[in-house]
Amino acid sequence: MFKFTAALLKEFRLLVRDRVGLALMFLMPILLVIIMTAIQNSTFELINDNKIPILLFNNDNSATSKDFVRTLEKAGMFKVIQINFKEKQNIRALMHKHDALVALTIPKAYFSQMEKQAQINAAKALESFGMANASGVKTNISLDSLDISFQPVLQESYRYSIRGGLQSIMQIIANKIMIKSLYSSINQKEMPDDFLKDMMKSQVTFKQTTLSNNDNATIPNASQHNVPAWTLFAMFFTVVSLGGNMVKEKLSGSFVRLKLLPTSYMLGLLAKQLVYLGVIIAQVIVIFSIGKWVFPCMHLPELNMPTNLFSLLFVVLVCGWNAISFALCIGVFAQSQEQASGFGSVSVVILAAFGGVFVPAFAMPEAFTLIMKASPFYWGLESFYGLFLENRMFIDILGTMLPLIIIAILLQITAFIGLKAQKLVH
Amino acid sequence: MELSVENTAVQLTNVSFQYETNNPTFLNNISLSIAKNDRFGIFGPNGAGKTTLMSMMTGILKPKSGSISLFGNSLFDNDAKRLFGYVPQDFAFYPELTPKENLQFYGAWYGLNKQQIKERSEELLTILGLYDVRNKQLKKFSGGMKRRINLAIGIMHRPQIIFLDEPTVGVDIQSRHAIVTYLKELNANGSTLIYTSHHLKEAEDLCQNVVLIDEGVIIAHDNMQDLIDKHEENGLEGLFLKLTGNAYRD
Repeated sequence: MFKFTAALLKEFRLLVRDRVGLALMFLMPILLVIIMTAIQNSTFELINDNKIPILLFNNDNSATSKDFVRTLEKAGMFKVIQINFKEKQNIRALMHKHDALVALTIPKAYFSQMEKQAQINAAKALESFGMANASGVKTNISLDSLDISFQPVLQESYRYSIRGGLQSIMQIIANKIMIKSLYSSINQKEMPDDFLKDMMKSQVTFKQTTLSNNDNATIPNASQHNVPAWTLFAMFFTVVSLGGNMVKEKLSGSFVRLKLLPTSYMLGLLAKQLVYLGVIIAQVIVIFSIGKWVFPCMHLPELNMPTNLFSLLFVVLVCGWNAISFALCIGVFAQSQEQASGFGSVSVVILAAFGGVFVPAFAMPEAFTLIMKASPFYWGLESFYGLFLENRMFIDILGTMLPLIIIAILLQITAFIGLKAQKLVH
Repeated sequence: MELSVENTAVQLTNVSFQYETNNPTFLNNISLSIAKNDRFGIFGPNGAGKTTLMSMMTGILKPKSGSISLFGNSLFDNDAKRLFGYVPQDFAFYPELTPKENLQFYGAWYGLNKQQIKERSEELLTILGLYDVRNKQLKKFSGGMKRRINLAIGIMHRPQIIFLDEPTVGVDIQSRHAIVTYLKELNANGSTLIYTSHHLKEAEDLCQNVVLIDEGVIIAHDNMQDLIDKHEENGLEGLFLKLTGNAYRD
């Protein structure tokens, strides 16, 4: 036991004197988790909380056109900036001037064309009901296209949301015109406004729930997604320090002496792993505390901790053991500190990418599924999300923990074989 | 030189060594007995096989054939590992730790208890002139100070045999004097010294018996003074050049 305590003490002293390694293991993930959560949160707010500035070049002065603008403003998604149609040729400069992400152009007589089409549709409908003998023009009118211009910085997902929003508003106007047209065709008089309002009132409402193990689950936010993901990333980034520490010891004269001592190097490796497991637990405590108590002060959503803390500790320990086993493998097979830190950090980024840290696992291409499931990040994230987003119980996360335990055992065996092959242990 | 078993510290019997399968045999059929309490020197030009021979005697390398024993024990027993100390040519310690912390760690791994570590550390640090800097990180030390702590770690468990691979390379005269004086003192107290160096004046001062090896074979093995007298040379350097020639060795 005394030998083991001495090894633990030695590893701890080496660790606390490696300031660059400590900075990499603590500062880097803290910065990452804050930056990534802030970015994702502001993206969420851009779509959901903030109004998107839209320039409107309206060449249709009809009452319906004015109704469209009112509906567009009331919808809550857009901040409408109306610009004289004659200035359309300066669209690029005007978008820059007003910080607008999108511009919409309505051509002349657009809504009167829509009304004419509605009358044709109403006549056709009445004829099919046998209520009238429609006469006159029955040929469909080809509506001009609405011209939407986007700022090039806008990603496709945001363009899709904006197009969807505009489409919905335009559909409301089209429905209004259709109802009014049918009413006036049948009743030979204008439809009263109150009646039109009643008809247009939407009966469809959504009640949003998130699947969870308990009824009062919190709605997932950017912190719930990012904090566990980047904590896992931080755990694996210990590869730079632990892998480098192992290579340094392996290549230094001290290793020759260690081989000649009447104590197995495996005891030293065990001490190394325990000290770094302590580092990982400290990382988790620091990053989770920032999510819980510092994020709200930074106007970021608070990290809601899972109720099952025992399961959380279990997940942290297994993920940490996985990260340490990975670092051990890198340390055993790398031939220089540069190799350990270079290959170690790049491989962590690749494993994280496959495991769903950067892009959610469900959005991964089909071809990547197998590789994704070989990444410890995938199983680690599944386990963390099970606790943070669904409040799962211990028994429920065992399914995602088992592959992690198997991966860790395989990594440990690989490291041991490497040590034997290099005659570093007997 | 024939030695009785009870008087032998290290025994090599028909030892051969090959670095890679396709390479020619590097050390060929070496048999050597080193007496208890000897101050034994292993000399030879660069690439002659000195460090390889010492590495086999300490168990760092395994011989292709033949056997090696320390006081009659197999070299690969954990008990045999307690019998010897090794002072390698490269610095073998943790430069981020202090001398005291290095001695604490290695002492524990040699199997010493807390009290023994405390006593031995204080004794060695005082004798080797490192007591005042015992709490400073080794990476800030001069070459001579590093050599002295390298020696202290190798001998802190009071080994019966001490293997010294160029223990004074690159140090100033004061540090060299301190190291050699202390090694003689250890030998006077019963330790067997097995030493290799290119510093032949120092070797003349330290060694009693020597072996000269070249191209993997023993070319001379005897009492140092007898060997010098036999070849009518003034010192070890003349003897060395006479037996190994003047050609460059790389």
